Amino acid sequence: MFPYLFILPALALFVMFSIYSFGYMSVLSLFEWDGIGRLGWHHFVGLENYWSVIAHDRAFWQSFKQAGAITVFALVFQNSLALMLALAVNRRIRWSTGYRMLFFLPPILSEIVVGLIWAWIYDGNYGVFNAALKAVGLGHLAKSWLADPDTALTAVAVIHMWKGFGWGFVIFLAGLQTIPQELYEAATVDGANAWFRFRHITLPLLLPVGVVVSILTILGTMQIFALIMATTQGGPAFHTEVPVTRIMASLLGSSRLGYACSQGIVFGLVLLAVSLSLRWLGKRVNGAAA
Amino acid sequence: MTRAKRALLIQRMRRVAVHAGSHTLCLPVAISCLFPLGWMISSSLKTQQTVFTDFSVIPMPAHLENYVLAWTKGRFGVYFLNSLGYTAAIVFGVLALSSLAAYAFSRFSFKGSNLLHTLLLSTMLVPVPGAFVALYLLLNQLGLIDQGSGQFLPRLGYLLPQINGGVPFGIFILKPFFDAIPKELEESAKVDGCGVLGVFWHIMLPLATPALAVVALSTTLAAWNEFLLAYLVFSRHELMPLQRGLLAFQGAHLTDYPLLMAGMVITVLPVVLIYLVMQRYIIQGITAGALKG
Repeated sequence: MFPYLFILPALALFVMFSIYSFGYMSVLSLFEWDGIGRLGWHHFVGLENYWSVIAHDRAFWQSFKQAGAITVFALVFQNSLALMLALAVNRRIRWSTGYRMLFFLPPILSEIVVGLIWAWIYDGNYGVFNAALKAVGLGHLAKSWLADPDTALTAVAVIHMWKGFGWGFVIFLAGLQTIPQELYEAATVDGANAWFRFRHITLPLLLPVGVVVSILTILGTMQIFALIMATTQGGPAFHTEVPVTRIMASLLGSSRLGYACSQGIVFGLVLLAVSLSLRWLGKRVNGAAA
Repeated sequence: MTRAKRALLIQRMRRVAVHAGSHTLCLPVAISCLFPLGWMISSSLKTQQTVFTDFSVIPMPAHLENYVLAWTKGRFGVYFLNSLGYTAAIVFGVLALSSLAAYAFSRFSFKGSNLLHTLLLSTMLVPVPGAFVALYLLLNQLGLIDQGSGQFLPRLGYLLPQINGGVPFGIFILKPFFDAIPKELEESAKVDGCGVLGVFWHIMLPLATPALAVVALSTTLAAWNEFLLAYLVFSRHELMPLQRGLLAFQGAHLTDYPLLMAGMVITVLPVVLIYLVMQRYIIQGITAGALKG
């Protein structure tokens, strides 16, 4: 009897908030309901919500593209910065403990705090960034970075990268420290130069970690929300809308609950497909390397 | 100069070059990590008049009264106490539920244990973006969304999903830790008259302190920084945690930067202090969660 009693509290919450709620969401995605009054069969619309989301919701797919752009930015710049920093700190250079501590500072701050402080740095009138540009004679480049449709998305991506690289750094560093030192020593004895050692020892052994970091970067970045709320709230003119802000708009803004459910499910399935195929790809590449 | 000496010199020069290169990369990045925080603290000590013109790092006089104003007029005192309460409740809930479950999975063989274990960890292994829609609908159905009256239900609505969200990671960390505790310890405790709960409380939990710390710290950070659920659940200021309150403050007083910055310092201070003291456990939690495969 004991084991069941011990598991019961955790299981009860899980059944309620993870299983039942998803069932309810899936069912509701087949209805057109504003949450007012009783849900009845006359609200039933079948797969129509899904069809509207997939075929007609251009704003929703636009938001995918925008979140995708931030994600690609993070995958390329954030993760390569993280890797380079991890390689540098792993050499046991001076102050490496200090570096490690500072690099992980942004990830422990909330997206709201990070967003609000950067919104001020980027501000057109009072921002430090423009002040710095003026100070070095580039005043003509000054602009309201988060309010300009041309720069808003990139500006958000930079904030996201600043907040996130330390997280990838920590994981890459942990991965580097699992590589046996003897491999490098043996390769050096055999006359391998630094590039060769990196290319044939570090890179292949770090690849599984790289795949994990990539998957988590994609999942985390595609679900970006708080940072958007603290900086642009989706503006200017929808240029920084992301899937979560679109779903929020259906859920809270226009009270189209059934429609929000289908948006959420489509969003979840797309991300699931992406992360599963990446995992599959990672396994294949690993298999080929081994 | 002999050949050996020359080789040694070249090697040393190469090492210097490598180190110099590393620092040229690391140092600017490190400064960029510190700058926004420094800017935040420095600005929180200025006034509305000087904040855009005075670029000194430590302004004189330092307007510490901004913190009093932020705490009272800016409602950050209320938000802070809410965050403190929510975080404490969530950490307690996650530790209690996940340690009990992990203990059962580790020490008892019972029907369906594998299935239940996989099930409870599934939300950690399979990502569920869009889950917030399901949560919102359920909370709405249960009357746990803030509708302008009553305090207990919306607070509960904010806590329960987060406890549920933290339990899988707790089980994931704790079960292997319990597995590694030798069974002989329990046997001798049982001989001394300890019941199942006694063994759990007096033997297992104290020995699992490092694992409990990892879970507690990860949960603390997640709960303190949570925003999305707070955005969905709360509409009244007196219930909001800090992250939600910050956005509300910024929406209402768009350019009162000194008070906003004071509110932000109040928000990040506990997290930064915990981080400075408990860095090791926090980083352990991050890497354990990511490198589980």
